[in-house]
Amino acid sequence: MAIELPENVVVSKLDELASWCRKNSLWPMPFATACCGIELMATGASRHDLARFGAEVFRFSPRQCDLMIVAGRVVMKMLPVLQRIWQQMHEPKWCISMGACASTGGVFDTYSVVQGIDRFLPVDMYVPGCPPRPEQLIQSIIDLQDKIQREGTVGGREFTTRSRQEPKRALVELPVITLPRGVSHLPQGVRIE
Amino acid sequence: MIEPQTKTALSSAFPSITWSEFRADARAVVPCDEIYAVLRFLRDDLGFDLLVDMTCVDYLSYRGAEDRFGLVYLLCATESNERITVRTFVNEPLLSVPSVVPLWAGANWMEREVWDMFGIRFEGHPDLRRILMPDEFTAFPLRKDYPLQGRGERHNFSVLYRAES
Repeated sequence: MAIELPENVVVSKLDELASWCRKNSLWPMPFATACCGIELMATGASRHDLARFGAEVFRFSPRQCDLMIVAGRVVMKMLPVLQRIWQQMHEPKWCISMGACASTGGVFDTYSVVQGIDRFLPVDMYVPGCPPRPEQLIQSIIDLQDKIQREGTVGGREFTTRSRQEPKRALVELPVITLPRGVSHLPQGVRIE
Repeated sequence: MIEPQTKTALSSAFPSITWSEFRADARAVVPCDEIYAVLRFLRDDLGFDLLVDMTCVDYLSYRGAEDRFGLVYLLCATESNERITVRTFVNEPLLSVPSVVPLWAGANWMEREVWDMFGIRFEGHPDLRRILMPDEFTAFPLRKDYPLQGRGERHNFSVLYRAES
C-alpha cells in the first residue's frame, strides 16, 4: 500500500525523533574531582572540540544538565553530594563514569575512596583510562548517542526496564587468554577465539 | 639550628627534657605532663612564635618503640631563625594532651586533624571536631591497627536506582 506523501515529508516514529533531538544536544554536568577533570576540560576546549557532537555546553548547575560526567575519584564525603546532584538533574538523564577511579576506585583501594560510583548510582557508560584521552571520552559520548538513539523513548520507558534498575558493576569478568608457549604477546591483528 | 644558650635555658627550666640531634636539628623529648609548660616557655621566653607543624606518629609494632603515639611539634623563632622539634609520647588509655590553641591559634586545625586521624584528645580545644573524615565516621584511620581498606565504611551508602532518581 503506497501512501501519497507531499514532498519534504518523512514518516518516522515519535520515539526516534525525540531520541534524535536528545542525543544531539547533550548538556554535560562536569563532576570533575581529579586529573580526569583536566582531560574533560581539554575535551570541551578548542583542540578536541566537543561541540562537533553537540555536547559542548557545560553547565555547572545540575538543573540545566542531562549528562553527568563523573571525572575522578569520589571519596566517602563526596558521594552524598554526588547523589544529591544526580537527583537534582531532570529526566531524561545519563551518566558517564570517566576513568579508572570513578569506575572502580582505581589504585586508591583505601578506606575513604568509593570503589566505583556504579555501586550507588546508575551509570550508562564507562570510560577506561587513567586518565582517558579526550578521544576516549568523545568515543564514549558517541556510544552514548548511539545508545540513546537505539533505545530512547519519549516517555522514558527505557529507564524503567529491569536491567536498568539493577546496580551495574564496572568490573565484569574478562576472558582469560592463554598464549601458546614461547609467545609473549600477540602480533597486531591476531585474535585467539 | 638552635643557639646553645636557648638549649641551656630550656634545660635548666625543665631538667626532665632529653635531647637528641640529627644534622644540626635539635629535638627535645618532653614528658607528657610538662608539654604545655615547655611550649609556653618556648613561646613566651625564648621567642618561638611560629608553630610550623603539629602532627602525630603511631609507633604500634615499631621496632624498639616503648610508647604508642608520638606527638611532634615543629617550632620556629622568626626573629633568631632557630628551629626546634618538641616531642612527647602518649599511651592508651590516657590519650589526652593539653591543647596549644591558646599559644598558637594555627594549632586549631592541626589538632583537629590529629584527633580525626589518631583519636588523641586535646583538652581545652575550642572546637574539637573531625576535619577530614565525615562526622558520622567512628574509627581513627591513621592508627596502625586500622585496616587500609577500612571496615566497610566506604560501602555503607544508600543506592540510587533509576526509578527513584
